Amino acid sequence: MSDTMRVGVFVCHCGTNIGGIVNVPQVVDYARTLPCVACAEGSLYTCSEDGLSTIANKIKELRLNRVVVASCTPRTHETLFRKNCERAGLNKYLFEFVNLREHCSWVHMNKPEQATLKAMDLVRMGVAKVSLLKPRDDLSTAVLQAALVLGGGISGLSSALVLANQGYRVELVEKNEELGGLLRFVNRVFPSHRRTTDLLDPLVEAVLKHPNIRVHLGAELKAVKGFVGNFTAAIQERGESRDLNVGTIIVAVGAQVHKPEDAFGYGRFDNVMTQLDFEGRCGGYDTFNRVVMISCVGARNEDRSYCGRFCCIVALKNALLVKEANPRAHVTILHRDVMAVGKLYEDYYRQALEKGVTFVRFDKSNPPEVKGAGGRAEKVRVKDTLMGREIELEADLVLLTTPLVPAEDNGVLSQMMKVPLGMDGFFLEAHQKLRPVEFPADGIYVAGCARYPAEISESIAQALAAAAKAAVPMAMGRVVTDAFVAEIDPAQCSACGRCVTVCPFGAVDWSEAGAPDHGEKSVAAVNPAECKGCGLCAASCLSGAIRLSGFTDEQILAMIGNQR
Amino acid sequence: MNQKAVLVLGGGIAGIQASIDLGNMGARVYLVEKKPSIGGRMAQLDKTFPTNDCAMCILAPKMIECANHENITLLTYSELVEIHGETGRFKARIMKKARFVEEDKCVGCGDCAEKCPTKVADEFNAGLGQRKAIYKYFPQAVPSTYVIDPDHCRLFHGKKCGVCEKICKAKAVNYGQKDREIVLDVGAVIMATGFDLYDVSGLSEYGWGKIKNVLTAMQFERMICASGPTMGHLKRPSDGKEPKTMAFIQCVGSRDVRHKKYCSAVCCMHATKEAILAHEHYPELSSTIFYMDMRAVGKGFQDYIERAKTEYAVEYVRARPGRITENEENLNPVIHYEDTNTRELKAREFDMVILSQALMPSESNAAVAEKIGVSLDDCGFVSPSQDFLNPFATDRRGVFACGFCQSPMDVPDSVVRASAAASKAAEALATR
Repeated sequence: MSDTMRVGVFVCHCGTNIGGIVNVPQVVDYARTLPCVACAEGSLYTCSEDGLSTIANKIKELRLNRVVVASCTPRTHETLFRKNCERAGLNKYLFEFVNLREHCSWVHMNKPEQATLKAMDLVRMGVAKVSLLKPRDDLSTAVLQAALVLGGGISGLSSALVLANQGYRVELVEKNEELGGLLRFVNRVFPSHRRTTDLLDPLVEAVLKHPNIRVHLGAELKAVKGFVGNFTAAIQERGESRDLNVGTIIVAVGAQVHKPEDAFGYGRFDNVMTQLDFEGRCGGYDTFNRVVMISCVGARNEDRSYCGRFCCIVALKNALLVKEANPRAHVTILHRDVMAVGKLYEDYYRQALEKGVTFVRFDKSNPPEVKGAGGRAEKVRVKDTLMGREIELEADLVLLTTPLVPAEDNGVLSQMMKVPLGMDGFFLEAHQKLRPVEFPADGIYVAGCARYPAEISESIAQALAAAAKAAVPMAMGRVVTDAFVAEIDPAQCSACGRCVTVCPFGAVDWSEAGAPDHGEKSVAAVNPAECKGCGLCAASCLSGAIRLSGFTDEQILAMIGNQR
Repeated sequence: MNQKAVLVLGGGIAGIQASIDLGNMGARVYLVEKKPSIGGRMAQLDKTFPTNDCAMCILAPKMIECANHENITLLTYSELVEIHGETGRFKARIMKKARFVEEDKCVGCGDCAEKCPTKVADEFNAGLGQRKAIYKYFPQAVPSTYVIDPDHCRLFHGKKCGVCEKICKAKAVNYGQKDREIVLDVGAVIMATGFDLYDVSGLSEYGWGKIKNVLTAMQFERMICASGPTMGHLKRPSDGKEPKTMAFIQCVGSRDVRHKKYCSAVCCMHATKEAILAHEHYPELSSTIFYMDMRAVGKGFQDYIERAKTEYAVEYVRARPGRITENEENLNPVIHYEDTNTRELKAREFDMVILSQALMPSESNAAVAEKIGVSLDDCGFVSPSQDFLNPFATDRRGVFACGFCQSPMDVPDSVVRASAAASKAAEALATR
């Protein structure tokens, strides 16, 4: 490093998150005493426009060639600060992030003095490391203008059509022989009560005849290789294997209906069925006089803690359809809470009340009991919490309102694509609030009931949102990724294969060209476009052949050496 | 999508997300926000359910991404005047209101506000704190430019002052600045006008505005926020003491045909979050939530409620309280209610009561909708789309809606719908 090292250190109060515990001015004063530090500043919010322009101005004014920000977490803010350095003319790889919030103030809330000492240590370590960083260039890869959409239900169809209309090629893979998904079994939709087929058929037709969409029916995904911009998906289509080359993937595999075996006489009494079983009969709304519906069957309990989101609305729909067909029918909904969220559904709930649907609230600890004889349910007993006593309702039909549950092959698919599943078995998005249709892996997105039960309009919304995310790299034609990747020195590789096995992203593989010292023997190599820089390979390498840029031994040892 | 432009109305999380997605797809975006900063309602929140992420910590990077995006032009403190045309060929006139501070000169140092002699109730802090007549909308505002509020500035009332102009080292203050009109050519429009808070002083039975220790949920959010008027400390307005017991009343103005007949969709969860946060700040504090239906329908929401019960001393009572009175000695609010599970009439005293007030379409929504020619439903939300496959269509072609202006919804739903509306706008530009 011929140029003199001039480090700028910027310490954030993060409101009171850091400043309320750590003595920030003291940390700033301390930073000024460290070797090569040209300036140190504190700020209430370093991520605010003020804070960012202070950094940019100091870079220009003092010709800083290294920057350390000590603030919150790199998870949310590292990209922002790096970009800011870049805009001010500093290579963004000459930046180091020190986490004073999660790693210091939040965990040492009750020991402000020691937290301040630790903050000084962390800043000193950051300064020690930043001096050893080297400028690098981002990695850039081309993106195929084609998307793979997994699942031909309402979500997959919606994603496929909007992408195709924007000019992208779409490969739509559906494991059944027909498009339409679960909606095929739904008779009418809420709250319009229009026939599902009237709405679904035109969509299916538009997808089938769209010149940019290729539909693969009876097809299953067998393997996925590659990375954003260039995936190869191996599918088995009606017995034949074929490879699809795409730039992005949307996972819209849907969910399945919960079959409440043995609960409330299901399977024992002919006239106890799920809402979807009932809809499958396509009509017959006027053939029942005393209908009792039980909500939260298999939901909001010890086995399955979540709420099915729209099951209450399905119950309202079928209750209204029965009342419309036969106004004299008695329809009672036994519920624990009526989940009619928002404007449309609250109106719908009120409509059901006005039409004379009866609502009875029960407690989870005291569930209803279905009684019957000769294979038919006859009565439902329940403790009405509002009246404070047991009531008995006659029933010629008992409908169980059940939630959607994760599709069976979610586990296999998640491993195949290396995207996570949540504890509940649904696909887990990158961030629940702000990245609800993305995965941590680039180029793969999720929509609809694959993620969590979603009603039709919500499924369409997520499908279109996922399409918007998938369109971004395809519209740009290239993706630019950070150069924090592992590199293998072929001369030192002993070809043990540990790194190949351990890489969760499939980025390490055997190299075609053997290293000079190894004769014809193959060695391991990293595909930088697939590497996420997690460092597992570097940690597992017994020969010390793998370096992770931005986290080299030299840099880490400098940090450790600078601890007290 | 080069050369094609989209007008996004509203700079809350929905408008921000739609703008970023369209910008990333290569469209030119004009983001119009009536307030001095983008950020919207989410910027006012302390943390977000069910992950307890700090709202500002996840929002600020998006605001800055928006501001720095090469394809996005921010037009803050601006309003739509009129719009003509059709898909692919709209002409919109935007009024950029005078800030009396030059955007390109102001560095956001705050010297002006420090010296300004006039104090005004702070709208951003839900009226709890005070700001000056020259002010930054909130500490992380984007842009960080200050603005003079001419309704309260002494100089604009013919009094002698001019302190801010004298103190400003950047020479950014310009009392002569005029409103400016901008004409934009755009191919599509996205409405993301968001929501306002329903005025709960109309519900006299709950005594808000009269009983000092009764606050709204938004006031609570500002109070528990580290950058709020009390620096994150809970203080009873009557005596400044830390509350030990708190109550939340749900559906205040919501699900009530006398006020707003709809369910505001987010209150069950934000009350639960607020009770959790209060307990995190003060482990001896316990909360009681009075509710009608606990509508926790989103991903992870039920688990959040269970955690509130078991780990954060939150009690849920099914009741719609009839009245709040005040204990004249200690100024504690007293809630009168019938517990519908035990069918008993009760009166319980709390140190502080929080009203989960109804949320309603933004007050400017009706005017904006009229200018664009988009119809509204009986509650002022954008009329539901008639197109089954496009829940974001309005009755004017080329104009899409997303977020709270369509129906009450939370942040993840708004974010999803913003991206979805961006998708439809991109499709409209591509297939025209």
